[in-house]
Amino acid sequence: MSLLEIRDLKITFGGLDALSGLNFHVDEGEIVSVIGPNGAGKTTFFNAISGLVPPTEGEIEFEGESIVGLDPSIVTSLGIARTFQNVRLFPNMTILENVMVAQHCRTNQLLVGALLQTKAFKKEEREIRERAEEVLGFFGHRLVGYRMDQPAFALSYANRRRLEIARAMATQPRMLLLDEPVAGMNPIETAELTELIGRLRTEWGFTIVVIEHDMKVVRDVSDRVVVLDHGVPIAQGSYDEVSTDPNVIEAYLGRPVEAAS
Amino acid sequence: MSAHAVSTKSARGLVAVDRFLTFIRVFLVTMIVVGILAFIWQQIDADNVFARWRNPNARGLTGDQFKGLLISGLSQGSMYGLIALGYSMVYGVLGFINFAHGEVFMVGAMTGFIASDKFQANGMWEQNFLLCLVLIVLMAIFFSTFTAVVMERVAYRPLRNSPRLIPLITSIGVSFFIQNLVLGLFGPASKSYPRLPEWLAKQRSILTFEIAGTRLMVLVVAAVSMAILWYVVERTKTGRAMRAVAEDKEIASLMGIDVNRTIVTTFAIGGAMAGVGGILWGLMFRSVTHMTGFLPGVKAFTSAVVGGIGNMGGAMAGGISLGSAESIAPMLILEPLGVPGVSQLKDAVAFTVLVLVLLFKPSGLFGERLSSEDRA
Repeated sequence: MSLLEIRDLKITFGGLDALSGLNFHVDEGEIVSVIGPNGAGKTTFFNAISGLVPPTEGEIEFEGESIVGLDPSIVTSLGIARTFQNVRLFPNMTILENVMVAQHCRTNQLLVGALLQTKAFKKEEREIRERAEEVLGFFGHRLVGYRMDQPAFALSYANRRRLEIARAMATQPRMLLLDEPVAGMNPIETAELTELIGRLRTEWGFTIVVIEHDMKVVRDVSDRVVVLDHGVPIAQGSYDEVSTDPNVIEAYLGRPVEAAS
Repeated sequence: MSAHAVSTKSARGLVAVDRFLTFIRVFLVTMIVVGILAFIWQQIDADNVFARWRNPNARGLTGDQFKGLLISGLSQGSMYGLIALGYSMVYGVLGFINFAHGEVFMVGAMTGFIASDKFQANGMWEQNFLLCLVLIVLMAIFFSTFTAVVMERVAYRPLRNSPRLIPLITSIGVSFFIQNLVLGLFGPASKSYPRLPEWLAKQRSILTFEIAGTRLMVLVVAAVSMAILWYVVERTKTGRAMRAVAEDKEIASLMGIDVNRTIVTTFAIGGAMAGVGGILWGLMFRSVTHMTGFLPGVKAFTSAVVGGIGNMGGAMAGGISLGSAESIAPMLILEPLGVPGVSQLKDAVAFTVLVLVLLFKPSGLFGERLSSEDRA
């Protein structure tokens, strides 16, 4: 059984079909890339999975259970985490707090425990902090040490992207949705993050779906590539199969002149 | 052509407004500076020409009088601060001013009256005052929290996605509703709290400050409540969730935070603080009516704006500075200027402080702690 199974997903904004009849699945432990020209519906697709946009029609199943119509917080607690194309952190909270708050649904102490300073509350706060430091440590020295107590708005662009991934990791997901993780990064940072995406699977056991425009990254990380255009998948398969598919070339570059006439 | 005419006209209008605002700025600052200088001169030499310039009868203040004003300002201000927290927290999370928050405070004061009246009737008030105090504080917290939570559920949640003006106006309606409900239930008469036991209310002298026991109690209880609140918001997972929701509701829900529940928690905590404030108000002024919530509510809102709305530390600082200004400024600035009836001018001073802050630092003393896209 697939970890994520999407059938006939359709999303309409006004008269516009952002997604029309999308079928998609991800198996446990896979890294799948979703590519496509701008406006192909990639981000809408992520929004639908994470519960931000209700599907007009169709079915989304995670581990065999429908997640259509669930609140985003519940989807997260079931084990789907995501990042955004335009990084969206909590800018006025510290780096450590950004990652600590992400563990909200994995913890169960109530306010009463905090007020009475129970042992269980203190233990849980300590665990939240340790887990946050562990996740931040995944990105080397960049997000740890003195930086942990800086507000997130003080971070450099690339570090904000890293922090956003760290925050998604801290929700302890089974599946991670990364929306253009290397957008705006320089080639060295891109190469480094490409390697980290691989390690996210091998070391942390996440299943990963990634939207990416950088074809080098797509080639290096993905087991399977799905190409969307105008809200429908036009091709899928390995990177080599997809990159030579005439439909894909047409979607990206337009039809050759002789074929158009 | 006509567009040009309109733009020059509005430009001229703008210039006039700017000139007027500049005039007010200069006028207020001059008044304050002259007032303070004259006051200082009076303290140095009461017969000096400048000291007697505006008000030949001014006598200045003795050290003890000044300390007394400071203490009464601080205790009054800490109550404003407690109420202001509710305004500020709700603004931080939902982006609108809950004008019915003053009524939450009034419900706390009213609960305290009913409970303490019963306790006095059966003699427990004198026998075991501390137990009674704890009980009435708990009851006031409970009923204020309850009021705030019900208010959110019934009046504001259905309007969550409407423009901010709509919940704002609704909150004014809720405020009238609660006032009239309390009027209907308990009548219009002013109700007085029982006297505090002598061992608590007596004057005591701490670090050369002569301070009434009641005021001391107000200061201590307010400080403890604020410390607890600070701890909850800054150091617990509930507080982190509240701050996350304040910054970005959508992302907060993607972090697995139940946004509705967090908003209810915010109202509840704000309500609890207002409940504590209500009890302190009742014990200090010993009188409560269905209108008790109005003026303190407006003052607390002013404090929240003065401190920088959306910012909790700002709400506390704003409350304390507003309370102190209210109590000290009439004697310090207005009396040397020869303004008649200065002790009646507390409210005018409070709102002048608001005008000053809005003129010189519209974001409040401590700015606002919101994401940039959420500023309104």
